[in-house]
Amino acid sequence: MSELSEHLRALPLRILPPQLLAARGRLLGGRGSGYLIERHARAYRHAWLILVSGFFEPLFYLLSIGIGIGVLVGKVTGPGGHLVGFTSFVAPALLATSSMNGAVFDSTLNVFFRLKYAKLYDAALATPMRSGDVALGEIGWALIRGGLYAVAFMVVMLAMGLVHSAWAVFAIPTALLIGFAFAGAGMAATTFIRSWLDFEFVTLATLPMFLFSTTFYPLSVYPRPIQYVVDCTPLYQGIALLRGLTLGYVGPGLLWHVLYLAIMGMAGLAIAGRRISRLLLR
Amino acid sequence: MPDADILIAARGLTKRFGDFTAVDGIDFELRRGEAFGFLGPNGAGKSSTMRMIGCVSPPSGGELSILGLNPVLDGPAIRARLGVCPQDDTLDVELTVRENLLIYGRYFGLPRRVIAERTARLLDFVQLTERADDQVDPLSGGMKRRLTIARSLINEPEILILDEPTTGLDPQARHVVWDRLFRLKQQGVTLILTTHYMDEAEQLCDRLVVMDRGKIAAEGSPRQLIEAYSTPEVLELRFHVSDHEQAAEKVANAPSERMEVLADRILLYVIDGDAALAAVRALGLEPLTSLVRRSTLEDVFLRLTGRRLEDG
Ligand SMILES: Nc1ncnc2c1ncn2[C@@H]1O[C@H](COP(=O)(O)OP(=O)(O)O)[C@@H](O)[C@H]1O
Ligand SMILES: [Mg+2]
Repeated sequence: MSELSEHLRALPLRILPPQLLAARGRLLGGRGSGYLIERHARAYRHAWLILVSGFFEPLFYLLSIGIGIGVLVGKVTGPGGHLVGFTSFVAPALLATSSMNGAVFDSTLNVFFRLKYAKLYDAALATPMRSGDVALGEIGWALIRGGLYAVAFMVVMLAMGLVHSAWAVFAIPTALLIGFAFAGAGMAATTFIRSWLDFEFVTLATLPMFLFSTTFYPLSVYPRPIQYVVDCTPLYQGIALLRGLTLGYVGPGLLWHVLYLAIMGMAGLAIAGRRISRLLLR
Repeated sequence: MPDADILIAARGLTKRFGDFTAVDGIDFELRRGEAFGFLGPNGAGKSSTMRMIGCVSPPSGGELSILGLNPVLDGPAIRARLGVCPQDDTLDVELTVRENLLIYGRYFGLPRRVIAERTARLLDFVQLTERADDQVDPLSGGMKRRLTIARSLINEPEILILDEPTTGLDPQARHVVWDRLFRLKQQGVTLILTTHYMDEAEQLCDRLVVMDRGKIAAEGSPRQLIEAYSTPEVLELRFHVSDHEQAAEKVANAPSERMEVLADRILLYVIDGDAALAAVRALGLEPLTSLVRRSTLEDVFLRLTGRRLEDG
């Protein structure tokens, strides 16, 4: 009986190289990711100020633009060529940007510190936790945090009369999707980062995206070739989605943006899990 | 028919990093209830071996079976039954002492209630109850080590792996750690530990291997190793630096099993140290200092490798 099970155990070994088999559970995390999230929730109890301050940054932007610039600018051309108030135009873009920035911050700087200095993952991987759990847990945490901020931001948008459609109920899941895409990509990128200097590349990627991905003006202001470039940036997908939802211009075309962001997040997650194995399980 | 009391079996176990071979085909077995040691200098390949056993480093060659399982295929299942104290502390400095045990226990999927029960017992065991709600960073090195030991016991492991448990601690802190490890041993916990301190190996290990440059040079109990590779006593002689070499030539004429000339001392391996000292004096030599002592594992290592443990 036991001899038989020994044989059965040895069987897959002959068919597949063991590395491949072991990689199975590694790429996508499971239950263990929840424990990492629990750990972060504990750690932030001691640093709750950092959590709270994250609420305010996008709100300050919104208030500054809504009260000041919005009045000066008046109306701009929104999705489908309709004129909308400038603040209503910019608010969903700010939500998208804040989802991006929060996810990128959590998945790059914080993850790098935990990976290289705090040895957090070394400790976790000595237990039944897998590198996939680590990747998924980090991304899950980024999403929880980003989700809280998105809810707060939407409440303020509602209060300021910037929500023009019932489709806006999908704004929170969309903000989470944006967070997922950027947290996945950010974490994957972080596993390639060698020193703090490399984080300049992260800023180099996110800041222009914030400024040029139709945050403050419509895509139509650009000449054709530039429009194509902007059309391909990940933040543009998020802005287009959120803008469509909060202004009420929703069509099947938005699903492309969803697909883009979902693939970006999944790919990032898979790469991150694999790379963490490569880095830590040597 | 596999022996159920053999918890770890390694045959030809090898670890390569690129072209460099850190562990070069070692064989050993760990039996239930014993304290098994790897004694060797820095760079011998001890940590690399521990990491393979801890299923956080895939072997590059050979066979390794842990608790009857394959570390490459069953890593998480094996790790669930191991306790690991890594060489470098990996405590969570953003959490308190108690939370460190809580979260680590959660990584094992243990319910919070079970963890709370064990935490009280383990903190008491490592004498950190008073510091339970303190942050980790201000703790002394010895306290951090003890917390790491407590943490490694949270899942009631079948094997406890300790990689250099007292390296970097002051003598007093080392003795506290040794005392705790000795108690664990008496409770029947199976220990596997590495060290480059021969006194640690002598104190804690029932059986050990001497490891050097990725290979196992000898295996046995501390006493067996000393009997096999050294003499009962050692006479240590120190001469004036300027006379050192000349003196060494002359001392060679005194009867001994073996002589080692170190940079600062001459060691004579003999049955009777006092008689040997008399013989040295009879040759007309007067050392600055002389010391008769029993052989230690350090002498075994010197004999096996021609180098001292600290030299690496
Ligand atoms: N990840 C690694 N990459 C390359 N070389 C390594 C790595 N880990 C250890 N080594 C090398 O392997 C040798 C053995 O290291 P180690 O197992 O840490 O020895 P010990 O624990 O006995 O001091 C050393 O020469 C070390 O530099
Ligand atoms: Mg080591």
